[in-house]
Amino acid sequence: MEIVMAVVIGVLFMCATYLILSKSILRIIVGTGLLSHGAHLLILTMGGLKQGAVPLLSEKAASYVDPLPQALILTAIVISFGVTAFLLVLAYRAYQELGTDDMECLKGNDTHE
Amino acid sequence: MNNLILMPVLWPLLTGIILIFCVKQVRVQKAISFLSSMIAIMISAAVVYVVKQEGMVTLAMGSWEAPFGIIIAADMLASLLVLTTSIIAAAVLVYSFKGIGTERERYYYYAVFQFLIVGVNGAFLTGDVFNLFVFFEVMLMASYVLLVLGGTKIQLRESLKYIIVNVISSAFFVIGVAYLYAVTGTLNMAQLSERVAAVNQPGILSVIAICFLVVFGLKAAIFPFFFWLPGSYHAPPIPVIAIFGALLTKVGVYSIFRTYTLIFHHDQAFTHMILGTLSLLTIVVGVIGAIAYWDVKKIIIYNIVIAVGVILYGVSLMNEEAIAGSLLYLIHDMLIKAALFLLIGIMIRVSGTSDLRKMGGLMKQYPYLAWTFFIAAISLAGIPPFSGFAGKLLILKGTVYAESYVGLGIILLSSLMVLYSVFKIFIHGFWGTVNRDYVPKQVSISGLFIPAVVLVVIAVLYGVGTEEVYPFISQAVQTILDPEIYINAVLKE
Repeated sequence: MEIVMAVVIGVLFMCATYLILSKSILRIIVGTGLLSHGAHLLILTMGGLKQGAVPLLSEKAASYVDPLPQALILTAIVISFGVTAFLLVLAYRAYQELGTDDMECLKGNDTHE
Repeated sequence: MNNLILMPVLWPLLTGIILIFCVKQVRVQKAISFLSSMIAIMISAAVVYVVKQEGMVTLAMGSWEAPFGIIIAADMLASLLVLTTSIIAAAVLVYSFKGIGTERERYYYYAVFQFLIVGVNGAFLTGDVFNLFVFFEVMLMASYVLLVLGGTKIQLRESLKYIIVNVISSAFFVIGVAYLYAVTGTLNMAQLSERVAAVNQPGILSVIAICFLVVFGLKAAIFPFFFWLPGSYHAPPIPVIAIFGALLTKVGVYSIFRTYTLIFHHDQAFTHMILGTLSLLTIVVGVIGAIAYWDVKKIIIYNIVIAVGVILYGVSLMNEEAIAGSLLYLIHDMLIKAALFLLIGIMIRVSGTSDLRKMGGLMKQYPYLAWTFFIAAISLAGIPPFSGFAGKLLILKGTVYAESYVGLGIILLSSLMVLYSVFKIFIHGFWGTVNRDYVPKQVSISGLFIPAVVLVVIAVLYGVGTEEVYPFISQAVQTILDPEIYINAVLKE
C-alpha cells in the first residue's frame, strides 16, 4: 500500500511542478494546490498505513492508526485552503488591475512600474 | 511551568482582535495599539528577567506533558529575540501613525500588524516543529495582507510572486515535517534532539536537514533563494518594509539557528559546510546588489541579504565565539535595519524620490536627520564603539579558531562594501547641492523622526553597553552549545 501511495504522491508532485513552471497564474495556483495535496498525502503515508482501525479508542485495542499525522494534515489542509482562497482572490484582483495573467508580463523592473 | 512565557503570543493576539472591532475609529485604534505595544515591551522584558533568574522556562499547553503535547519553551535566545521584536514593533507602530495613511488604517492595518507579531513571537517561542510551521503560516498570512494592503499595481504584482514562493516553501516545510516524523517518530524539538543524537544522524537525517535549510533559507533569503526579496520588499510602504526587513527574514535565520544547533549538529562536515558555503555566497551576492543600485530602498534591502549571510556564517562555524557573535549581530541587525528603513523613509518623504541621483542637499534643511543617519550607517558597518562591532569581531574570532580564512576575508571585505553602500546614500542624499528641477518640500517630520531616533539610540546603547548585555548573550550561547540543557528543561521537569 505504501508503494502505491508513493507513486501517487510522485505523480502529484510531477504535475504540480509542470503546472508551477507554466506562465498563466491560474495554472500556477492549481499547481500549488496539487503540491500541497501531495505533501498532505505524504504525511499520511509517513505516519504508517495500517488498515481497518480507528485511532486509539481504548487501551486494549489490537490495532490502531497513529492519530498524530491526521491531526497534522487537518491543520495543514485548513492552512492551504485559506492561502489558496486568498491567492485566487489576489490573482483575480491583479488581473483586473494589471490586465494580464501572464507571468512574463509581470516581471517588472525599475524603469517600468 | 510559567504562564508568563505565553503572554508575548497571547497579548498581541488579544489586541488584534479588539482592534478589528474599532476599525473605523482610527484614533481609538492608535491609542489601543500604542498602549498595547508598550505593555508588550514590559511583558517581554519580564520574560527575559524570569529566564535570566530561573534558567530556561517551559510551558506545556493544556497540561499535556512534554513529548505528547505542544511545548512553549523560552530559553535566552528566544526571549531576547522576543524583546527585540517588541521594541521594534513599538517603534514601527509609532512611525506608522504618521507614515501609513488613513486609507490603510481604515482597512485593518493595525490589527494585521498585531497578528504579524503573534506569528513572529510564536515562532521564536515554540518548542515543536509542527507548531513552528503553524506560527510561520500565521506570520505569512499577516505579511500577505500587509504587503497587498493598498492595492497599487506594483504591490499586486509583487505580492503574487511573494505568495507563490511562500506557498511552495510551506509545502516543502510540510514535506520535511513528514519525513522527520517518519524517521524519528516525534516532532518535539527536545525529543528530536535526543533521538537524532542517539542514532548519530545518518544520511537520511542530513537530507532532511537540507530540506529544512531550503525551507528556512527561502524565508531568510540566503543565496539561491533570495531572488524574491528585492522585488517584494520594494513594493509596500516604508513601515511595512521596516517590519518585514527587521523581523520576517530574521525568523528564518532563527529557525536555522535553532534546528542546526539543537537537532542537526552531528554531521557538521556535510550540513554545516553547505550552510557556510551558501552564507558566504549570500554575502557576495548581497554586496553586489548593495553597491550596484542607486535606489535607497534597494541598497538597504540588499544589506539585509548581507547581514543574513554574516549571521548564518557564524552559525555554521559552531564554536562559542562565532555563535555568541552571531547572536549579538542578529539583535544588532534587527534594531539597526528597522532604524535605517525608517530613516530612508523620511528621506524619501522629504525629497519625493527614492532615486539617489535625484536627491541631494538634504543636510541644510534636516541636519539632525543627516547625523542620525550617519550614526546608523556606521553602526551598520560595525565601526567601534557602535553596535555592529562586537558581534562582527566575535564572528571573525570564530573564523580564526575554525581556520576558515576565506570566510574571514569575505566578511572583512563585505564590511567595507557595506560602509561604501550606506555612505553612498549619505554623500549623494545629504551632501551636494539641491538638484535644479526639484526643491525639497518643507515637511514636518517630527512624528516620523522620533521613533527612528529612539531605535538608533537603543542600538547605540546596545553597542556601547555590550559589556552589560554579554551575560545574557553568554547564557543563550550556553544553551545553544549544550543541547542537554534544552532537553532537560523540556523533557525532565
